[in-house]
Amino acid sequence: MPIMNARDQAAVRKEFERIAGPVKLVVFSQSLAAPELCQQNEQLVREVAELSDQITVEILNLAIDRERAEAYGIDQVPAIVVEGSRDWGIRFYGVPLGYEFSNLIDAIIVASTGEPTLSEETLASLRALASDVDIKVFSTPT
Amino acid sequence: MRLAQHMSVASDRVRSTVIEANEFPELSRAYQVMGVPKVVINDRVQFEGAVPEHDFLGAVLQAVETP
Repeated sequence: MPIMNARDQAAVRKEFERIAGPVKLVVFSQSLAAPELCQQNEQLVREVAELSDQITVEILNLAIDRERAEAYGIDQVPAIVVEGSRDWGIRFYGVPLGYEFSNLIDAIIVASTGEPTLSEETLASLRALASDVDIKVFSTPT
Repeated sequence: MRLAQHMSVASDRVRSTVIEANEFPELSRAYQVMGVPKVVINDRVQFEGAVPEHDFLGAVLQAVETP
């Protein structure tokens, strides 16, 4: 049974009109760790990818593809890396449903354009950063 | 929390991870997540709830300040 209904699909397709280039969704799963969530996550990502020719999906296994996981800094499953022309550092842990789903769609679009919607002040401050910043956002679907 | 993702795209220095709190109870406990959204920056600065961009940036800058 599909996760997205026809109305969701139509809404996302409309959003995806703003996609400006290729996006790769790199999914990490591990069936032993969280079988149902990983399966649900893979299904959701595939359904989303079907809504745009610009989106490709790569499914990796956290236990087997360790070097890739390490390179992405992924140590939990299910996980999604949203890559555009490069790896921008956008990660999702858990199945992004509900409120987080709109975050995923927005992440795909901004990853494709490489043009964040931020004020000049914010952009200038971020360009001047001299050390790394790790932002964790804890969220729930509702 | 779109700001975090947009900040990631704006700077190579910034990584953002959205974490589904219910699916990662251990992480949520470790970071004492009581309400969502909860934002934790460099394990140093944290806040709950949606904030304006200017305040979010302030938290980022506070997190990278030398103590």
